Amino acid sequence: MDAMPKWADVILIPVISILLAAILSALVILAIGENPWAALKLMVDGALGSTYGWGYTIYYATNFIFTGLAVALASQAKLFNIGGEGQALLGGLGVAIVCLYVPWPHWTLALLGAAAAAALFGAAWAAIPAFLQAKRGSHIVITTIMFNFIAAALLNYFLIGALKAPGMEPATAKFPEPTHLPSFQDMFNFGDTTFFRGAPANVTFFVAIAACVFVWALVWRTRLGYEIRSFGESESAAKYAGINPTKIIMVTMLISGALAGMMAINNVQGEAERLVLNAAEGAGFIGIAVALMGRNHPFGVLLAALLFGFLYQGGAELALWTSIPRELIIVIQALVILFTGALDNMVRMPLARLFLSLRRA
Amino acid sequence: MDFATLLQMLDATLRLATPLLLACLAGLYSERAGIFDIGLEGKMLAAAFMSAAVAYVTGNVWLGLLAGIGASMVLSLIHGLASITFRGNQLISGVAINFLAAGLSVVVAQSWFRQGGRTPQLSGDARFEPITLPFAEQLQDVQVLGAIYYELISGHTILVYVALLLVPITWWVLYRTRFGLRLRAVGENPAAVDTAGVSVVGLRFAAVAICGVLCGIAGAYLATALQAGFTKDMSAGRGYIALAALIFAKWRPWYALYSCLLFGFLQAMALRSDVVEGVIGFALNAQLLDVLPFILVVVLTGFVGKATGPKAGGQAYVKER
Repeated sequence: MDAMPKWADVILIPVISILLAAILSALVILAIGENPWAALKLMVDGALGSTYGWGYTIYYATNFIFTGLAVALASQAKLFNIGGEGQALLGGLGVAIVCLYVPWPHWTLALLGAAAAAALFGAAWAAIPAFLQAKRGSHIVITTIMFNFIAAALLNYFLIGALKAPGMEPATAKFPEPTHLPSFQDMFNFGDTTFFRGAPANVTFFVAIAACVFVWALVWRTRLGYEIRSFGESESAAKYAGINPTKIIMVTMLISGALAGMMAINNVQGEAERLVLNAAEGAGFIGIAVALMGRNHPFGVLLAALLFGFLYQGGAELALWTSIPRELIIVIQALVILFTGALDNMVRMPLARLFLSLRRA
Repeated sequence: MDFATLLQMLDATLRLATPLLLACLAGLYSERAGIFDIGLEGKMLAAAFMSAAVAYVTGNVWLGLLAGIGASMVLSLIHGLASITFRGNQLISGVAINFLAAGLSVVVAQSWFRQGGRTPQLSGDARFEPITLPFAEQLQDVQVLGAIYYELISGHTILVYVALLLVPITWWVLYRTRFGLRLRAVGENPAAVDTAGVSVVGLRFAAVAICGVLCGIAGAYLATALQAGFTKDMSAGRGYIALAALIFAKWRPWYALYSCLLFGFLQAMALRSDVVEGVIGFALNAQLLDVLPFILVVVLTGFVGKATGPKAGGQAYVKER
């Protein structure tokens, strides 16, 4: 079945898929009367032209690494976790409670505490769909989608109720000073030259990198990871080998939910420093595109998250300077999911044929 | 709660159940043929936008309906291409379609109308108007029955009656026609259908196309009958609820009607929290009422019996190896 060399599978197909998505996106921009080339230049300038732009790109990428890893890990067990958005929202709730009500002495401890709370809340939100999938056979896609809606309502409930700060806005109070995470601006400040001035990228980025390493080690270097992958390849074979399906579904989804929840230390604790409505801003859904593009591998997820960080920041610049609305990003995201996920064979089949004929020649 | 309020609630239930029912039947055709479709939401949204846009520009709601169906069909075709022709993952294709519709509808609405991703308000012939059924006016003073006829049964837009009529039609097509038998067979055992010399690909594309038409009607109903114009994300999870209703109905038309009416009633409750408070004696939280349908989906699919879908659902058919 190996019609293609490995590099073609890992690099060539994603690149072609991205190019197709990019061409269609350019056509959309053209159709609404803007210049795609100028738009691309604006996006590159805005996202990569300064350390400020890079700071935003990395900030968004940090969100997408967490949600991308969440989707990628679940996919290893052939579970489709569409609930990253809700799990990230709940993670935000955990971060807010821990930051507001625990008197942290120093940010390092606050980071550990908040990360634990975010992971716990995210995992809890994934637990019910996982249990229903494992024990009752209700489809995890349906239940995780429902839990996204329920999470949004729950957050709404807390933000106009118990956690609301005085004032008009449905948001919590600002977190106390010792919980504030050091931003890239604080870390890369060399006397008179300050990099990343005013950008929200913060120390969480390194936590995200650590999460990538963790997921890689878990999936490819532990017994549990082996079980997860066997279960994903063939549930019946895994069962026959003595792997407990209920355990694999539960554990995989709990870790997946925890990863999605941990995104909140970046956007809630690191950037906003308080919990606001719709804090996840769709990052949970972008995780799907990131995982598909990254071929469910942590390193691929890292690269894909950086690309989407660029798109997100570039898209914000577009919305600022042109009449192209921010929703263009959702269109690009959809096209990436379509081409790298659903229409994979459209690119793969002709390529495989090409490589076969080359080999014969 | 008095009789008049009850009638109002049931009236709202019928209005709110209509888009769910149309989408649910759309999903029924697709899934019975073995094609999972979580893109119902996106197709409704795309249809809602196109129908509102064309109805506004032409001033004719029927042209709007056609345009809505067209938009929905294009997305259906993409879904068919991805999941039938290229044997891709049907869930992922559905997710992509939902995002495509959510993004494109706002981008195009902003480009055409410059009102922040909405279409302008529709009025007059650009909307579906309620129809008064024969003798409804004369009979409304008759005790109980007259009131039920006038308030509940009469006075809806044509699409409500179309949706209700589609339930027996779907039943008949599915269980009493050759096409329906083949459609169900292709969802259970495509190899058998193939052996009998019937095109699996053709049948599945037909099912996906019917799904597109029904989602188109559902979306047009949202924007030109239930509301007066398109607003961002106006489908508000209805596609997913319809999908859950379909599972709860175990992929059968009449049960689809009942479960959609149930979810419609829950949505009507969220609109009339004052009535709910009057009946149960205390106020329910507004957020809770809003997400009640979603919670019920989880409870129903999780705790009430196991639903087994069409056997070949979600799998692409490979003719030869």
